[in-house]
Amino acid sequence: MNETDLGLWAVPLAMIGGAIRVSTPFLFVSLGECLTERSGRINLGLEGTLVFGAMSGYAVAYESGSAWIGVLAAALAGMLFGFFHGWVCKLPKVNDIAIGIALMLLGMGLAFFFGKPFVQPQAPDLPAISFGWWSDISQVQAALQVNVLFLIGIVLTVAMGWMFRTTRIGLIVRVVGDSTDAARSMGLNPNVVRLLATGAGGALAGVGGAYLSLYYPGSWNEGLSSGQGLMAVALVIFARWSPVNCFWAALLFGGAGALGPALQSVGISSGYYLFYAAPYVLTLGLLIATSSPNRALESAPGELSITK
Amino acid sequence: MNRRTISRRSLLKAGAATGALAAASALPFGAAHAADLTVGFIYVGPKDDFGYNQAHAEGAAAVKEMAGVTVVEEENVPETVAVQKSMESMINFDGASLMFPTSFGYFDPHILAVAPKHPDVRFQHAGGLWSADKHPKNAGSYFGYIGLGQYLNGITAGHATKSKKIGFVAAKPIPQVLMNINSFLLGARAVDPTITCQVIFTGEWSLAVKEAEATNALADQGCDVITCHVDGPKVVVETAAGRGAFVCGYHADQSPLAPAKYLTGAEWNWANVYTGMVKTMMSGGTIDNFVRGGLSDGFVKMSPLGPAVSDTARNQFEAAKAEIMKGGFLIIKGPINDNKGNVIAPAGKAFAEDDIALESMDYLVEGVIGSTS
Repeated sequence: MNETDLGLWAVPLAMIGGAIRVSTPFLFVSLGECLTERSGRINLGLEGTLVFGAMSGYAVAYESGSAWIGVLAAALAGMLFGFFHGWVCKLPKVNDIAIGIALMLLGMGLAFFFGKPFVQPQAPDLPAISFGWWSDISQVQAALQVNVLFLIGIVLTVAMGWMFRTTRIGLIVRVVGDSTDAARSMGLNPNVVRLLATGAGGALAGVGGAYLSLYYPGSWNEGLSSGQGLMAVALVIFARWSPVNCFWAALLFGGAGALGPALQSVGISSGYYLFYAAPYVLTLGLLIATSSPNRALESAPGELSITK
Repeated sequence: MNRRTISRRSLLKAGAATGALAAASALPFGAAHAADLTVGFIYVGPKDDFGYNQAHAEGAAAVKEMAGVTVVEEENVPETVAVQKSMESMINFDGASLMFPTSFGYFDPHILAVAPKHPDVRFQHAGGLWSADKHPKNAGSYFGYIGLGQYLNGITAGHATKSKKIGFVAAKPIPQVLMNINSFLLGARAVDPTITCQVIFTGEWSLAVKEAEATNALADQGCDVITCHVDGPKVVVETAAGRGAFVCGYHADQSPLAPAKYLTGAEWNWANVYTGMVKTMMSGGTIDNFVRGGLSDGFVKMSPLGPAVSDTARNQFEAAKAEIMKGGFLIIKGPINDNKGNVIAPAGKAFAEDDIALESMDYLVEGVIGSTS
């Protein structure tokens, strides 16, 4: 270790590093939720999916010895949760928000139950790529240790934005999300589209969970998620249902979360409870600033039960 | 079948008869096992968290080995009215007559609400301040002077640090946490008085991501030995070792998590304390309402020294430990100021480890970088 004294520069550096480290679960869950909501359903159960994904990813990685098999298992588990949500919600008179809350509690309960034997063992970690080779400063090198899943998340963000904008699949998801009647008249089956979109969204949330348990902070226990899944669902609304905005919102939340510890580390130590509330204050501020009586929720999918 | 034969009155009678039968059959059962003891343990988190709860659960496991003792346990019980329900259930359904609700926040108001309803049940609480004029006689408080464990941690840290900066990830600024931070620094300053200790408070007992962020922030500032006071030190230990820093453990032995970087650790020795209390209860004695002890009393122990501890460090560690084992070690010695410049103790005044004044500590000593609010 050869640390250089950075002074106050440590704060922006920590925020960049924190944004990269902490944002990945937010990114995956919000991309998944973005896809699901674009198809006209809300899956509030992604917090449960995230926790279950974290547990199953950790457990499978430990048993198999490969972190990537763990990620795959987390995606599969998340997809099952998504499919279950999609299947139940197609039944008549079922409220997707209520099912989501039930699935959130179920996912967490199942994860705690099956995860008990995996609190102690150490599973292999996901690899990271070092982008800090150009700098001699060890803090910069540490901050620029970028996990592969984060890079995959960036690719997914761009791909999903492109998919919604220009591809036929994107058009189908958007039509189903905006008007069930229009989709039916086009010969589409909205329930099937929503089932698939919820399943894919669940898989992404599961991967987000695997990032928590397999890379950062990198171990499974019952207090692993402090509501990241729920916050990510809110991020989608904040990001106005755009995948690219989801990415920026996830980075913002990751960076803001690193602000509190970083400020304390440079000696600005009083009022840390206030700094820890920074992400939420920021969200409120941005939502108020960007809202308007004329164009609020303009890009919201028309079939969402919260906007109808 | 004629439905009229079952009237509401006869149904009630039948119900009462069944109840009486159940009560009658329960009585001899209770009497036959009068010499036995059922002990209830309640944890605020998972009991295998490499931390606070695991330390208590290891104590419970030792009690379970004793003849004639039944142990009932419940984990992940929040510090809310939920713990009152858990206690009532253990007392009423499992017949527990000795309770160990182990989390700090269980005492007031939860134990204070349940204890008066069950005068024949003994409630032992870790860390709470029991006082004879305010609190029920069947409740008691016990705790260990683990600050001296952090002092010994600090000695190994003082020898291991090259940057002369050591780090502490802390949950909340309560007296026991502040005592640990101050002791860690004072231990390190016994090696080199220029060492400083950076503290970061996370605000909660268990917040994995924030603990990892705090550890990274400390490493970014050049802290090359890191310890913590959070419920589950696993994340801090793994993250710190991943950044190349040495670690000192807390609560339980975390050396398997970072074998090369682990210097030593301050551990609870609840197995010794709990088996002693259960023996007292079973032999018909009463446990003191206010029990405290340190290294010399077997309340606290140290992890075996890791491979990175040098011989000079080992010698100073062993010498300090031998001094502490004599009891009455003076941990805060004047002249000493807090980190805002106020005098804590003038020259000639000192606080021993068992000084009750230390249990309401609200300052960080000079050399600690951080603030309590």
